[in-house]
Amino acid sequence: MDWEALWLSVKLSAITVIVLIPMAVLTGRALAYGQFRGKSWVEALIMVPLVLPPTVIGYYLLVGLGSQSWLGQLIESLFGQQLVFHFSGLVVASVIVNIPFAVQPIQRAFETIPQDVRDAAACCGMNRWTSLWRIELPMVWPGVLTAVVLCFSHVLGEFGVVLMMGGNIAGETKTISIAIYDSVQAFDFNAAGTMSLVLLLFAITALALTTSFTRRLGGQHGR
Amino acid sequence: MAVDLHCRVNQTLPIPLNADFTCHAGEVLAVVGPSGGGKTTLLRMIAGLGKPTQGEIRSGDTVWFDNNGTCLSPQARHIGYVPQHFGLFPNLTALQNVVSALDHIPLDERVPRALDWLERVNLQGMPDRLPSQLSGGQKQRVALARALAREPSILLLDEPFSAVDRETRERLYLELARLKSQLAVPVIMVTHDLNEALLLADRMILISQGKMLQQGKPHEVLARPRNEAVARQMGLRNLFNAHVVAQDEEQGITWLKMGEILIASDYGGSLDIGSKVRWVIPNQGIRFNAIASGRLCRSFNKLDVIIDSMLVMGETVRLICNVVGIEGQLNTEVPLHLATKLALAEGVRTTVALKSDQIHILEPC
Repeated sequence: MDWEALWLSVKLSAITVIVLIPMAVLTGRALAYGQFRGKSWVEALIMVPLVLPPTVIGYYLLVGLGSQSWLGQLIESLFGQQLVFHFSGLVVASVIVNIPFAVQPIQRAFETIPQDVRDAAACCGMNRWTSLWRIELPMVWPGVLTAVVLCFSHVLGEFGVVLMMGGNIAGETKTISIAIYDSVQAFDFNAAGTMSLVLLLFAITALALTTSFTRRLGGQHGR
Repeated sequence: MAVDLHCRVNQTLPIPLNADFTCHAGEVLAVVGPSGGGKTTLLRMIAGLGKPTQGEIRSGDTVWFDNNGTCLSPQARHIGYVPQHFGLFPNLTALQNVVSALDHIPLDERVPRALDWLERVNLQGMPDRLPSQLSGGQKQRVALARALAREPSILLLDEPFSAVDRETRERLYLELARLKSQLAVPVIMVTHDLNEALLLADRMILISQGKMLQQGKPHEVLARPRNEAVARQMGLRNLFNAHVVAQDEEQGITWLKMGEILIASDYGGSLDIGSKVRWVIPNQGIRFNAIASGRLCRSFNKLDVIIDSMLVMGETVRLICNVVGIEGQLNTEVPLHLATKLALAEGVRTTVALKSDQIHILEPC
């Protein structure tokens, strides 16, 4: 069992969720309420990581953010560090790949808020931030929680993008999925089996808890 | 200080809407019309939740919207708004819902004020209940308390009684009628139910397909619809064609002829002799007493009719009668006991009297 890889994966998942969820809340809300030209194109763009093979995304990120690209050079000159083959690069890649897993459930949750409630909030004198914080977020919690669990689990098991963007540097970019792959390559099926079981148990537990919690919240805030 | 609301909106897209009216402080104005006619859109524009293409919305001297780019937000308009489905915040208790509208008073005064308003709408004892634990009528009252607690410059009610059962509705009518006397702000109530307008409103405007058809006191609009479109919207079904045969200015009578039937109307407007007109009579202008009993009202107008169909609806009977001598039907309702007493039945020929002061000649559409 590669504890270092597990810890790195958990850290990557947590940071991705922390970075992604607030952005997903704002994006999901804007898409749920807004009617603007090109909305379906924006929605399609958000969904792209769902249908594109992770290795393809990884390839574009590697090329787009690598030291040969202008963006990669700009980032290196600004922060003194390149993103590829570095933990921060994994965070960027994980955030991009998980956008649909975060935005979709949150957008759907915002769409269930009746227009009457939003109108009433505005007429009660609440500005859009107060309304979001006091009224809407408590109503869309199940969606936010689903997004958190989906993103966390997905990042924990992410392989293609991580390998393309980060390679396999122990303590820096070697996540648990890469460690499982490494173990299998080295015919260490015991270690691979243990790590796979940990991921499997985590996935089942997380999804079961989310379903149960979401149901309870849904009942509590029944409209 | 309570002030009047002036509203003039004019747009063709996304939906056509033209309206121009004033709602005075302390007055209940009903906006009546069929579904999809633009009533709720108009209310949302007044609330600042929608923006008209052109027009002016003004609360006293304060401009809320005009063509020069002024468009105050709903927050800045300081209104009380009760949406059709109440719009209660499901995660907040009844008390918290009311408190949420009290951002204009100091923090320590909010809870006592909210409790006071819940009491005023007869919801004492249930401040800690979530909306999901309240009945339809109770939700409606929380929404009303929340809107009123804000001490709004105007109260807007969107179909306030449509989502509650009949018994609750009757109770809420009484409560709103009671609250009405205590309110000194303009109240605009959107409804598709004409009876609600007749019961609660001081004035009404009739809107259909985005056009304001008529405004006035509800009973006046009912008795004197401007044209056929208004008459139909008001549920008046007795519309007939006739010719003007004479006008007696001294007695204020206009004589109409349908086939060989002569009809006298108290209509005082000037009409060309020989011109074709449409006239209407509301249900209360039709007297269904038997001539045999000698109790037919003293009226100029008698119509022979044959009862075509009868439909018993609780304590009343809806009758559709063919008028003898012309091609036309008379729709009316009589109390069940009267129908029984007069032995009214399908196929029976009888005479009805039309009260001349209830006969109204319509303007062409």
